[in-house]
Amino acid sequence: MSYSAAATANPHASLYAGGIRSWLTTVDHKRIGVLYGISALLYFVVGGVEALIIRLQLASAEGTVVGADTFNQLFTMHGTTMVFLVLMPLSAALFNYMIPLMIGARDVAFPRLNAFSFWTFFFGSLLLNLSFFVGSPPDAGWFGYANLTSKQYNPGMGIDFWVLSVQIMGIASIASAVNFTVTILNMRAPGMSLMRMPLFVWMALVTQVLMLLAFPAITVAFIFLLFDRFFGTHFYIPSAGGTPILWQHLFWIFGHPEVYILILPSFGVVSEVLPTFSRKPLFGAPFVIFSGILIGFLGFGVWSHHMFATGLGAVADTAFSLATMLIAIPTGVKIFNWIATLWGGHIHFKTPLYFAVGMVALFIIGGLSGIMHASPPVDIQQHDSYFVVAHLHYVFFGGTVFGLFAGLYYWWPKITGTMIGEGLGKLHFWLMAIGMNLTFFPMHFLGMDGMPRRIYTYAADLGWERWNTVATIGAFVIALSVLVFLINAVRSLTGGERATADPWDAATLEWTMSSPPPEYNFAVVPKVNSARPYWLYKHGPTRDISTRTKAEGTPPQPDNPPERVDLPSPSGWPTLAALGLALFGGGALVGLWLVLIGVAILVFGVYRWAFQPLERAGHPSFGPAPTGGR
Amino acid sequence: MDAHATTFGVPNRKMAMWVFIASECMFFGSLIATYLSYEGKSLVGPTPREILNIPLTSVSTFVLLMSSLAMVLALDAVQKGDRRMTRAWLGGVIVLGGLFLGGQVFEFSHFYHEGLTLQQNLFGATFFVLTGFHGAHVTVGVIWMITLLVMSLRGTLGPDRSLDVEVAGLYWHFVDVVWIVIFTVVYLIQ
Repeated sequence: MSYSAAATANPHASLYAGGIRSWLTTVDHKRIGVLYGISALLYFVVGGVEALIIRLQLASAEGTVVGADTFNQLFTMHGTTMVFLVLMPLSAALFNYMIPLMIGARDVAFPRLNAFSFWTFFFGSLLLNLSFFVGSPPDAGWFGYANLTSKQYNPGMGIDFWVLSVQIMGIASIASAVNFTVTILNMRAPGMSLMRMPLFVWMALVTQVLMLLAFPAITVAFIFLLFDRFFGTHFYIPSAGGTPILWQHLFWIFGHPEVYILILPSFGVVSEVLPTFSRKPLFGAPFVIFSGILIGFLGFGVWSHHMFATGLGAVADTAFSLATMLIAIPTGVKIFNWIATLWGGHIHFKTPLYFAVGMVALFIIGGLSGIMHASPPVDIQQHDSYFVVAHLHYVFFGGTVFGLFAGLYYWWPKITGTMIGEGLGKLHFWLMAIGMNLTFFPMHFLGMDGMPRRIYTYAADLGWERWNTVATIGAFVIALSVLVFLINAVRSLTGGERATADPWDAATLEWTMSSPPPEYNFAVVPKVNSARPYWLYKHGPTRDISTRTKAEGTPPQPDNPPERVDLPSPSGWPTLAALGLALFGGGALVGLWLVLIGVAILVFGVYRWAFQPLERAGHPSFGPAPTGGR
Repeated sequence: MDAHATTFGVPNRKMAMWVFIASECMFFGSLIATYLSYEGKSLVGPTPREILNIPLTSVSTFVLLMSSLAMVLALDAVQKGDRRMTRAWLGGVIVLGGLFLGGQVFEFSHFYHEGLTLQQNLFGATFFVLTGFHGAHVTVGVIWMITLLVMSLRGTLGPDRSLDVEVAGLYWHFVDVVWIVIFTVVYLIQ
């Protein structure tokens, strides 16, 4: 990051200073958040290029850009990359950076476990992409349905790469979910009751609980698949009495909560951005909170709506259909609350607001087609057609990507310390909104016309060419919009206007400190007596239900801590343990010796980590110190 | 390590273990659900009725239950600062956990010689993966207890570090409870 010009003006610019070693051993939640964010954006480009090749192949009938095998690999890697390497880590980036700041904590509950989570995710993502260079990429879809993945029908190493790497990243997700659940529940500043917690933190909490409870199901599904492939068991092999449907159940018991793991962070961002830019509290905030909890709860009871076409029987179909329709209620509540927040507000038309409003609008389209799929007869008609591709992209792209970009633009000044261009930001928004609708809306028509998913080519006389061409043009408009974003980001980092502590006149604790924040976050632990503590301090009581008391709000942070602040020392052992874990998993593709080396490194790293004091001699410390601080 | 005041007054590490246990419930829940849904679906023998030895496993179940008692007493000893009893009861947990694992090794090798392998049928696959992953959890627990015992022998496990033992104990009791479910589902209700 180049703050050199302004470094003298900002005493806290050292936050990102330091070489590679300092990044490998960092345990600071803010730096780990930045690592997640950079990885996710890099993989966003990778997954986007995969999508562009897919769209080029389908642009015209009888396409010849890639062959059938490569096409299978491309859509598998595109789906896996976007879900596990882009959307989840981009959410994790915002969670890492913002949650401690928003709840008034100096770090997460377990800073070194946090580093372990990131590096485990990162090494796992490298293992997945290594398949491009060694052997072959996986080709059974991101859902990896059984029998497409069996040794008999898929003898290559691609599936092994896929199952091992996603398994490793799953361990990272569970570790991080434990960490953030404890952080949110147990590390809040005095006075921050659960109902005063920012909406983003609430949605993050629901997301963590979903990750905790959903990932074990896919862990078990993967264990069975690994045993089938490596040890010759028959969990998913029909000829030995097994059933491929077992995979579908386990996968979707994970997979449907996963959908909410991907969308709830975006809901949280929108619930922060809309109030800030309409100068109003979130309309009916408790309703939004409880709706989020209800969505998370119901999310565990709807997995079989992905399996209507397998013929589960009338009772199961009815039950899962009803549960799925029920989810529309809390989701609809949220949408009305967001609209009511905007209603009558002093709306400031900034880029984050554009993306947040875009998210609400586009998510409604995806949500409506989702309700259509809740009906089994309709679902069976649309199953595996491009209509479903349209639906899921309106939810994931229109919902998650737009929401996360809203968050990125909203917190960019806080994270980087520089403002990001409004003009290019709005250009990014319009190009992305136009490109996204151009790409995915025609897929509704294609699906209705019977075009199946995952076909690598189609005959000219089917009449699918026109809308496919439109979709491909749209995909390149999206690519252009991402390019505009990257240019905007580089311009901001290399010479953007310096950001003040509170550029948006916002309400929550992260804006009470400098941009970027000091390493210790809070010079003094804030006292909270409102859901909008900083707003209350700046503007006095508003019609916010949580501020009926004659509270005074939370003042901005002083420049230097009045009392000594000690922070954890950097540590390389979590990183080493993560490397050991990745070798343990990836070693299965090479030989037992590498597995054993991986286990040895993992055990060694964990023991060194466990017996290393959190704060050692020379640890970062600030403020007045008896022996002299840094 | 947990010196900072927490919102709920519960140490972070203790809460983390409870949260992790919730996740582990889903893990073993998925394994047990698979075992149940494949029960009786094996195309060839051996079947559970032919091969499972309830008296032998009852003994090893009793051994594992007693290890939980030793765990409770170890925590009590460490909280009271009684080094001798801490070591004795931690040693008890290790010996009893080791006996349970020994019983499992004996059982697995016996089944193998009787023709029940991972590949033989669905019962073999689901049984070995379910009980094997439980055994792996017990193994991790025994290694954890050995680590605590070494700490105690080195004199670094005083009452100020009783949380170390408490968190390990939560894990140990959980693994024990899972075994009671497995024993009931796999052995007693066939």
